[in-house]
Amino acid sequence: MYQYDQFDQAMVDARVAEFRDQVRRRLDGSMSEEQFRPLRLMNGLYLQLHAYMLRVAVPYGTLNSRQMRMLGHIADKYDRGYGHFTTRQNIQYNWIKLEDAPDILADLATVEMHAIQTSGNCIRNTTSDQYAGAAADEVIDPRPYAELIRQWSTFHPEFSYLPRKFKMAVIASDIDRAAMKLHDIGIRLVRNAQGELGAAFYVGGGMGRTPMIAPCIREFVPIDQMITYSEACLRVYNRHGRRDNKYKARIKILVHEMGKDEYTRQVEEEFAHLLTQNIEPPAAELERIQGYFADPAFENGLSDAIDRADPDFALWVDNNCVAHKRPGYIAATISLKPVGGIPGDATSDQIRLMGDLAREYSFDELRVTHAQNIVLPHVRKADLYALWQKLDAAGLGTANLDLVGDIIACPGLDYCTLANARSIPVAQEISKRMAPKEQEIGELKLKISGCINACGHHHAGHIGILGVDRKGVENYQLLLGGCEGDDTSLGQITGPGFDENGIVDAVEKATNFYLANRQGDERFLDTYRRIGMAPFKEAIYAKETVDG
Amino acid sequence: MVETQFRFRDDESVADPSVTVDSFGEQTNAAAVRIEPGDDVSALLPHLERLRLVEVNFPAYTDGRGYTAARRLREAGYAGELRAVGDVLIDQLAYMRRCGFDSFAPEHPLNEADADAAFNRYANVYQPTTDGRSPIWALRHGRG
Amino acid sequence: MKILTGNDLKTGAVTWWDGQGWSLHVEDAADVAEHGDEIAARENAARRVVAPYVIDGEVAAEGVRPAHIKDRIRALGPTVRLDLSLKPAEPDAGTWVI
Repeated sequence: MYQYDQFDQAMVDARVAEFRDQVRRRLDGSMSEEQFRPLRLMNGLYLQLHAYMLRVAVPYGTLNSRQMRMLGHIADKYDRGYGHFTTRQNIQYNWIKLEDAPDILADLATVEMHAIQTSGNCIRNTTSDQYAGAAADEVIDPRPYAELIRQWSTFHPEFSYLPRKFKMAVIASDIDRAAMKLHDIGIRLVRNAQGELGAAFYVGGGMGRTPMIAPCIREFVPIDQMITYSEACLRVYNRHGRRDNKYKARIKILVHEMGKDEYTRQVEEEFAHLLTQNIEPPAAELERIQGYFADPAFENGLSDAIDRADPDFALWVDNNCVAHKRPGYIAATISLKPVGGIPGDATSDQIRLMGDLAREYSFDELRVTHAQNIVLPHVRKADLYALWQKLDAAGLGTANLDLVGDIIACPGLDYCTLANARSIPVAQEISKRMAPKEQEIGELKLKISGCINACGHHHAGHIGILGVDRKGVENYQLLLGGCEGDDTSLGQITGPGFDENGIVDAVEKATNFYLANRQGDERFLDTYRRIGMAPFKEAIYAKETVDG
Repeated sequence: MVETQFRFRDDESVADPSVTVDSFGEQTNAAAVRIEPGDDVSALLPHLERLRLVEVNFPAYTDGRGYTAARRLREAGYAGELRAVGDVLIDQLAYMRRCGFDSFAPEHPLNEADADAAFNRYANVYQPTTDGRSPIWALRHGRG
Repeated sequence: MKILTGNDLKTGAVTWWDGQGWSLHVEDAADVAEHGDEIAARENAARRVVAPYVIDGEVAAEGVRPAHIKDRIRALGPTVRLDLSLKPAEPDAGTWVI
């Protein structure tokens, strides 16, 4: 993975000093909260329900064991012994004191980490495919390009006061494992007919109040113009994005209101101008970064055999492990969704253990997925059983990747000031209720958001749940048919909302209906797309009991 | 008129009052113009040679359109004074300077020591602008 | 009754105006009548609180009860981690929130 040189290190060190100074000026009264708030947001520090929350950046989800040890240390020293992995591949801490924040950032800087631009109206963490560098179907490892974008977007002098937040994702395969089309800019690296590498740009996707799927505005930007084209997209947005209404300020609204063709025309015009400004990093810089992403020392001649004698282990292999590009290797997902647990949370001991296991079994590399799990990307099949036993002993061996128990949930009203309803208890109850049928149901991506900001990505869930406030009482809307992959679709609301017990029943009714009506090896999503909403709705709102 | 607190030019400031972008086209001898966030600087680009001062107003520092206005002017070759006025605070100074501003007239005067620290906080930069500083990628590959 | 609540600037802890200062415990919350905004502004400017706001509440059997569930969760702690709440030893503490 990428390693800082003295320039990168100096940047984060200077940022720590700057933030320490800003905190000093806040605490001594030189700066009001109104002046301070955007600055602390640009360092990932929110004021949440119970305390400050710090969101630490994990660039394109990639971490090593040394970093995991520090993340565990921060949880113990400054927080309450745990961290939460997010839907943008970051990690956040819920019990932070403002007066500790500069020291935390200083600690993070010693392991090449930071909280820069993880909040605020600026360019946020660029996410990527959790199997980058391991997947057989990628055109090229997308992470060096995500690293180029990270450096280009860090402390960008023109784009630090955008109309609203800006999120980018980079992938390099036909199958979209990063929900790329639901980002402000999504980039897919592709090869043209001549075999040259380029970037397809999708601009204007997003969820929230007005979910939209990003249209492709340019199918092929030569790879040595990717940064320049990105700059053009941002500049048009900075000029014309709405500033009068916070809920209409994302680029998706601009592309929609301006029209994709007009937005594209303006981008192309700006792009032509920017090409004269020589802002693109040279090929030598890309090559330098790519040097950090070369394949680890994979062994040859390894066996592909896995001893499946232990049925629990076999189940975990079948659910949580995916094929690797190299014979003898496999990519393993550590589920942070134990039955009845809090999705995405890990104790400091678990964080440290995952780091140790990565060092021992995965060339010291881990990935955070946008589904709030952890991937060990390069595990020898011969080591898989030993790895699983250690995971299982630590409560990290749940065999539920992409099953109904693998719930994506935002922190919700238990933690977040923006929330209208609690999401975690709903996730816990659904997880417990559905556990007996989970394997039988198969792939079912269930996502829960505690408010319309959609941090739980509920629009993109095969089953989505949105928490709302109905006259001071928590209420839950059910959505069906969302999908974040290549066949991206947005979920549709079934009908009237449910209370906390009702929503769990509704999910069970929907899955029972699916089981009774599926054909062949249809997933829940496939049956829904075939049959449509009406029969599901009838089943969900039918008056008879679940067992009736 | 608010006093200019920081200025990075050797020449004399023009004393002309600034006209709006709209009026600029009609006033053939106006040398100073004031840009509001929603203005399009395209109208000014053919006339850069007669412009000696451009003021860019930041009514609220969270409205970042002035940064783009500044860069577009500098990229088009504007060499006169480019002044940030309005809600200009310590923590935006460095970015504004990089975008091409060479004078600053904050509505509320700033602490000089804090401003100095802010201008000089970052020894290097990741992105090139027209300010002439070599981006880190250039320094890495011997093009600095 | 009208209650004034906010967070401690330095620690982020949830605080409640008790009539003279800021308490961590909602039971101490005082009725600020129509003075809430004035107290909030003064305390905010003095940096003794951040993001203060006035809410409705009532005096219930178990003490002061904020009208909105969000503020009851703020008063207690996350309902899913009662071990981290202000009353970790009370197994039924969470029922008060709903």
